[in-house]
Amino acid sequence: MVAWSDQERSIITSIFSNLDYNDVGPKALIRCLIVYPWTQRYFASFGNLYNADAIKTNPNIQAHGTKVLHGLDRAVKNMDDIKTTYAELSVLHSEKLHVDPDNFKLLADCLTIVIAAKMGSGFTPEIQATFQKFLAVVVSALGKQYH
Amino acid sequence: MSLTAKDKETVKAFWAKVAPKAEDIGQDALSRMLAVYPQTKTYFSHWKDMSAGSAPVKKHGATVMGGVADAVTKIDDLTSGLLSLSELHAFTLRVDPANFKILAHNILVVFAIKFPTDFTPEVHVSVDKFLAALARALSEKYR
Repeated sequence: MVAWSDQERSIITSIFSNLDYNDVGPKALIRCLIVYPWTQRYFASFGNLYNADAIKTNPNIQAHGTKVLHGLDRAVKNMDDIKTTYAELSVLHSEKLHVDPDNFKLLADCLTIVIAAKMGSGFTPEIQATFQKFLAVVVSALGKQYH
Repeated sequence: MSLTAKDKETVKAFWAKVAPKAEDIGQDALSRMLAVYPQTKTYFSHWKDMSAGSAPVKKHGATVMGGVADAVTKIDDLTSGLLSLSELHAFTLRVDPANFKILAHNILVVFAIKFPTDFTPEVHVSVDKFLAALARALSEKYR
């Protein structure tokens, strides 16, 4: 079980309560597909991803980015047992979606960059450390049911 | 995953924008690395003060970014251009090369913070590739 200090909890809930999921989610996913183009392999059915502009304007990517952020929201609301909260999602990503779990870290890094751009100097080293700790727990939980 | 002509162009153009703030960027990136990845502090046990904004962090951040600036000028042949730096890291500093990726990530975070509109996904991918190529060149002499 992961230990969270009161300060860490408040940092995470504060970050997420100030986010527009419809904005940040798509931005993070778009950035991931452009910076790590092999991740596009999971979105073959989404239509045109042929270049950066196509990715940025693709409505399926937009919708999916928002969906991912709402998924993260579940972890924010269940910080004391993210592993159990994500058990089904982990099975889904493994057995149905067949996503290489290394990709979770890539998306997490892109989300960090998007949040950093949004928060500017408010994204202090301490806040970054807490945010990355949270994402590391999420990434680990998502990979737990792979076998 | 080698640098295309477009990558090099993108990196040089972005570097021209960020270069005036290079020392601040270096200091910020290093502070973040030490805070977010505490295992990296093991390389700096000889510093009296590892906090963000301390003199050694400031000085070292500037040194590191000086290296990055140099690498930008040698972008067409990083391996030979960074040969002596590679020897330094391999034989004297013996920094585990996994840490290059960690520092690169924090440099990208600082770029996003300081240049939110310029650090587009397209710039991000070229800069990430460049920092990875830099890391490979630095690792060249390790074994």
